Amino acid sequence: MAEPLLRVEKLVRRFGGIIATDNVSLEVASGELHAIIGPNGAGKTTLISQLTGHLAPHSGSVSLAGRDITYLPAYRRCALGLARSFQITSLLLDFTAADNVALAAQAHAGTSFRFFANARKEKDLRDAAHAALDRVGLAHRADVLVSKLSHGERRQIELAVALASRPKLLLLDEPMAGLGVTESQGMVKLLQELRKEVSIVLVEHDMPAVFALADRISVLVYGRVIASGDPDSIRANEDVKRAYLGDQHVVTHHG
Amino acid sequence: MKSFTVSKAVTALMLAGLVLLPLYSQASGNIFILTLFTRIIILALAAASLNLIMGFGGMMSFGHAAYLGIGGYAVGMLAQEGVGSGWIQFPVALAASAIYALVIGALSLRTRGVYFIMITLAFAQMAYYVASGLARYGGDDGLTVYKRSDFSGLINLSNRTQFYYLCLACLLGVIFLIWRIVNSRFGLVVQGLRSNEQRMQAIGFPAKRYQLVCFVISGTMCGLAGALLANNTDFVSPAVMYWTRSGDLMVMVILGGMGTLFGPVMGAVVFLLLEEFLSQITEYWALIMGPLLLLIVLFGRGGIMGMLGRANRG
Amino acid sequence: MLLVVEQFLNGLQFGLLLFLLAAGLTLVFGIMDLVNLAHGSLYMMGAYFAATFAAWTGSFLAGALMALGATLVLGIVLEMSALRHLYGRDHLDHVLATFGLILFFNEAVRLIWGPAGLALPLPAWLTVPVPILPGIHYPAYRLAIIIVALLVALLLYLGVMRTRIGMLIRAGASNREMIGALGINIKLLYTLVFGLGAALAGLAGLMQAPILTVQIGMGENILILAFVIIVIGGIGSIRGAFLAAIFVGMIDTLGRAFLPNLLRQVLSGAAASTAAPALSSMLIYLLMAIVLVVRPEGLFPANRR
Ligand SMILES: Nc1ncnc2c1ncn2[C@@H]1O[C@H](COP(=O)(O)OP(=O)(O)O)[C@@H](O)[C@H]1O
Ligand SMILES: [Mg+2]
Repeated sequence: MAEPLLRVEKLVRRFGGIIATDNVSLEVASGELHAIIGPNGAGKTTLISQLTGHLAPHSGSVSLAGRDITYLPAYRRCALGLARSFQITSLLLDFTAADNVALAAQAHAGTSFRFFANARKEKDLRDAAHAALDRVGLAHRADVLVSKLSHGERRQIELAVALASRPKLLLLDEPMAGLGVTESQGMVKLLQELRKEVSIVLVEHDMPAVFALADRISVLVYGRVIASGDPDSIRANEDVKRAYLGDQHVVTHHG
Repeated sequence: MKSFTVSKAVTALMLAGLVLLPLYSQASGNIFILTLFTRIIILALAAASLNLIMGFGGMMSFGHAAYLGIGGYAVGMLAQEGVGSGWIQFPVALAASAIYALVIGALSLRTRGVYFIMITLAFAQMAYYVASGLARYGGDDGLTVYKRSDFSGLINLSNRTQFYYLCLACLLGVIFLIWRIVNSRFGLVVQGLRSNEQRMQAIGFPAKRYQLVCFVISGTMCGLAGALLANNTDFVSPAVMYWTRSGDLMVMVILGGMGTLFGPVMGAVVFLLLEEFLSQITEYWALIMGPLLLLIVLFGRGGIMGMLGRANRG
Repeated sequence: MLLVVEQFLNGLQFGLLLFLLAAGLTLVFGIMDLVNLAHGSLYMMGAYFAATFAAWTGSFLAGALMALGATLVLGIVLEMSALRHLYGRDHLDHVLATFGLILFFNEAVRLIWGPAGLALPLPAWLTVPVPILPGIHYPAYRLAIIIVALLVALLLYLGVMRTRIGMLIRAGASNREMIGALGINIKLLYTLVFGLGAALAGLAGLMQAPILTVQIGMGENILILAFVIIVIGGIGSIRGAFLAAIFVGMIDTLGRAFLPNLLRQVLSGAAASTAAPALSSMLIYLLMAIVLVVRPEGLFPANRR
């Protein structure tokens, strides 16, 4: 079997007495859309944060395309082709949409220790930003301050920022959280497009969307992967039904 | 300048006033005003340099006066040792400030928030006590600079008008540099870090490196102000590094408007003129200045530049 | 030997005094998230009040008690009129506004009491040397400071750890939202905490008054020391403030007492006497820098959020 794009082995992370990530092992093949589902507090965000380097694991390892990245800082992982969106929108609020995205492009286009030339006049960066904004359908809002954008628009900018760094692997933490019905549909369509170009790890509560999009699904409960497989096998899995899918309250309850 | 705004107009007026001031001083025979404004311009330069890290970079340094001392002592100590050339004194002043900033910044940037404010303060106090302990260079009492920096006849620092224009040129030069930096790749990264460090890390920027370089640039600029200040007063003492002096610089920046190009200049002009004016009408000027600062914080958000911006819209 | 014991006690005494100042600062900081540079002004006011009231009443004790009450009231008035509006604001706003208050207080003191300092003479019964060890005497007044400060520290500890208000204070220091959810009158609690901090600062000031001259600006140097202490100890931590205060008090006092002689071994006399006080002052800031580099949130961080 070929080396998977992302390999997570026996990852453990505790918060005080809570084991938020409990011996998680996971593989994401190149080109795959791998969904991670689980009730609130299952440890999905914690897992993503360890993949991106925002949180250090207590043990276990993470490797990207065969390279051990367990102890690399976030910015180095990003340079290696990992990009994330945040569950709770995390953008530069006092910058325009275009600036937010252009900065992501800038991080991957040569040194940023340039002190004299006006960066907003660098055509390459601006073009890259507009292309990414166009992808998420926000080209017309490019020059608006992010603080003036709606919640839904900010979710889309999150995605555009991640895209602008031309990642190999996209880690999306609940991209649809808080979106309206039409906005959600738009996002699903967009993800349908994106999955053709980039591997994706998708954390999402919207079950129809997950089952429509995912190649493989891993189910996380209390920090542990209780099942992993293609959508049909997950749908049929008794453990999953009992722990999670059967309980509609949890599914519809967003966090 | 795309459009007319109140703040641009006021800034332009202020700059015109600063450029023309020596003419007025000569015509009216008012030498005092030229001396006063030389000091104002030098401290405006220091405030502008602080604004680079504080306003644009979000690094709240409470120890910026240390560079005034370092720049000043570089000039004073060299002069005492018989090195009177400005071509040596000034580069040494800048280099010493840069090195100090590099060391202090590398250590301080490990902390954040209030801890950063306090650790920069602590280092400045250390510098203050080091200076007080230099017996050879006057210790507590300070060091008299008997001869101003000599620039091989190119410019005479003992000539009031020439010295004034040198200071003004330095101020405008530094503001020009800050303007370029702020809009450069580097500047956008630094401002992005102020806005949301987590996001910047996630898109691939090692935060500390950029912040440290910014910290060093700012310190070097302030070292220049220190070298000029020592020439202006013909004297340098630990007192220029005292923490209340760092507080004054912060006040100037905030009063004028953090993160604006000319705000710190405006802040320095207003703060120091107010001090001068109040101390002329009453011996107890700080009785008014103190509460005034409180009111400015409570009601004057964004400083003078912020208020001018609102005047434009309102 | 005699000198060592005496300087050691002096260090302890100064450290305890610093603790009184730092305790109020760290409470206000930890609970209201307010950086109050004017805390040193309250210390100064305590000293001026004590000197004035003692002169009026002719009694040191009466003067001290009245001064304590006066700083408490002053603190409460200050909180209600000005500082309360700063809660929730940027730390930078706090720095600027309370910097303004320092200017104000210094000038007000100059206006009321004049630029020259005051003296607060001790009553005769406090000036006698007390035997503490065979053959070793120590001034009664300094001993009294140590005892009073230790008592206050104990009361503070019991108050914070054992009482309902103390529980609220601890809750507030580690979780600001929770305290609101408990339906407590936060405004009142904040005012009381600030008043308490002011009274502690005033107590430190009035106890220090007979040892140093009472003068304008006396609060500023010591304020910076208090800040160093709460940063070393960890913001919001009373325990951290206590340990750090003793530590800083010792270093400062012992450094001043013994460094000159040590330095004279390597430097000329004049150079040593200039360098020694500078070096011992530096030691404290050096200590703080080392602590922050190793533990960026202080030794005992209270706000683990
Ligand atoms: N920074 C933190 N400190 C303490 N506990 C945390 C922290 N982050 C997450 N947790 C805990 O870890 C568990 C997993 O949280 P999270 O990863 O956010 O779950 P999910 O994203 O699946 O909803 C929860 O019990 C949560 O309370
Ligand atoms: Mg989550």
